[in-house]
Amino acid sequence: MRKLGRYFRLLRVQVRSSVLLGLQYRADFLIDGAISLCWTTTALVPLFVVFHDRPVIAGWQFAEALVVVGWFTLLEAILEGAINPSLTAVVEHIRKGTLDFVLLKPADAQFLVSTARFEPWRSTNVLTALAIWTVAFLRLGRWPPPLGVLAALVLLASATLLLYSLWILTVSAAFYVVKVDNLTNLFGSVFDAARWPVQIFRGVLRWVFTLVVPLALMTTYPAEALLGRLSGWALCGSVAGAVGFAWLSRRVWLGSLARYSSASS
Amino acid sequence: MSTRSTVRSLPTLMRVGFAEAVAYRAEMLVWVLSTTMPLIMLALWSAVAADGPVGRFGQRDFLAYFLATFIVRQLTGAWVAWQMSFEVRTGTLSMRLLRPIHPMVSYAVENIAAMPLRLVVALPVALLALVLVGARTVPRGALIWGVWLLAVLGGWLITFLANFLIGCLALWTGSSIKVMDVWLVAFMVFSGYLVPVELFPGALRAAVAWLPFRYQIGFPVEVMTGAYALPAALGMLARQWAFVLGLFLAALAMWRRGLRRFGAYGG
Repeated sequence: MRKLGRYFRLLRVQVRSSVLLGLQYRADFLIDGAISLCWTTTALVPLFVVFHDRPVIAGWQFAEALVVVGWFTLLEAILEGAINPSLTAVVEHIRKGTLDFVLLKPADAQFLVSTARFEPWRSTNVLTALAIWTVAFLRLGRWPPPLGVLAALVLLASATLLLYSLWILTVSAAFYVVKVDNLTNLFGSVFDAARWPVQIFRGVLRWVFTLVVPLALMTTYPAEALLGRLSGWALCGSVAGAVGFAWLSRRVWLGSLARYSSASS
Repeated sequence: MSTRSTVRSLPTLMRVGFAEAVAYRAEMLVWVLSTTMPLIMLALWSAVAADGPVGRFGQRDFLAYFLATFIVRQLTGAWVAWQMSFEVRTGTLSMRLLRPIHPMVSYAVENIAAMPLRLVVALPVALLALVLVGARTVPRGALIWGVWLLAVLGGWLITFLANFLIGCLALWTGSSIKVMDVWLVAFMVFSGYLVPVELFPGALRAAVAWLPFRYQIGFPVEVMTGAYALPAALGMLARQWAFVLGLFLAALAMWRRGLRRFGAYGG
């Protein structure tokens, strides 16, 4: 328990320092906000085109698919505000060999690197996600059932855990291939598929997006929960899957850390 | 900076560029994996087309279209904006300025030198496409393939010059990666990379014809999948090269103005 308290205090310190750092770049807030708004609206174009002359695709109406896009946008905000900044810093540490300084500190390295930087002001997309959901449910003409909202909140937590675990797995690859600017790109472009309800994909690809790179658990299932049609089994499965992935990513992280042989010193 | 010495140095620059591409082959593989978006879109669109064609596109047409998109994307890749941003920030641009060659040329050669490796990725996909789609959908005639070659070259030039132009912004601001991100979003949506331009609703399609993005990917792909008769293809080619020319002049002017601002920090 004392250990937990210590990590909690540590988290507070880290958050404080990244907020102070962020206050220096206030102009970035506006630019980032404008860019992500622009990104989100432009990214809706394919959705409009796909649904242009088909009212229902793979059991999804346009407004329902919009709920999935809302989840995608929300997760993107979490990714950009809380996960990306820290983990890009790790990649930089690995490349320059400065990870040594982190490893020397008397606290868990994974905890230290994943809480190193938060950029909450990047999360303007949270508002965009809320706007998208409002539009979607207005078009549907009904609001999400209370139980569904509860399930969606649980899934939000498990989706965040999944996203974080996937990121840790990606970053672990940085220990093997040192030049990894591209890895973050790769992650982004795979994550992009989460914009679509998983039922649209068929055969192998659907299995891949449900079990291997569990995009379905991150956007489709939470959207189904909000729409009030997610089964209890899928909910339990998602949570179990997220915990499983977190465990796996922890093992892989420890394994790659054991391979780390300080780049420059 | 005479033309003759530039031309004489090209083979060496090519060799250096190629060696670099081979050295970072793992990185290239990751890049190739990150351009597999057309294959995901292919899965999506063929599901949509399963219960009837969309516009003139049936499942087989989508297959041809998106495999061609993947191939064209491999052949028209450019990443100069990131490179310039990095070199400006670290001051290593000074090294490039010392060479008696215009930086636009040296960047271009580095990009072209990575092509052979890209071809290694693109060729199997092309063969696969030919087997899956059947040779009958591929346009016949040497002339149209000549147009295709020019279209791919033009597509690469537009990508490269736009990259260079945006990279020049770094001379003022220190980093232009954010502007590049905006460009990339517009590129993804309006180039025909995710959605064939033909499927856009009327007004949007008309607007897209006046933007450079469609000529980066969409146009070469359409030529490859036999969407144009020769005269129409030539008309599009003329528009594409007008963009190339415009971007070339803008990039040169931008470079000249920006260079005066270059502070060579760190270097």
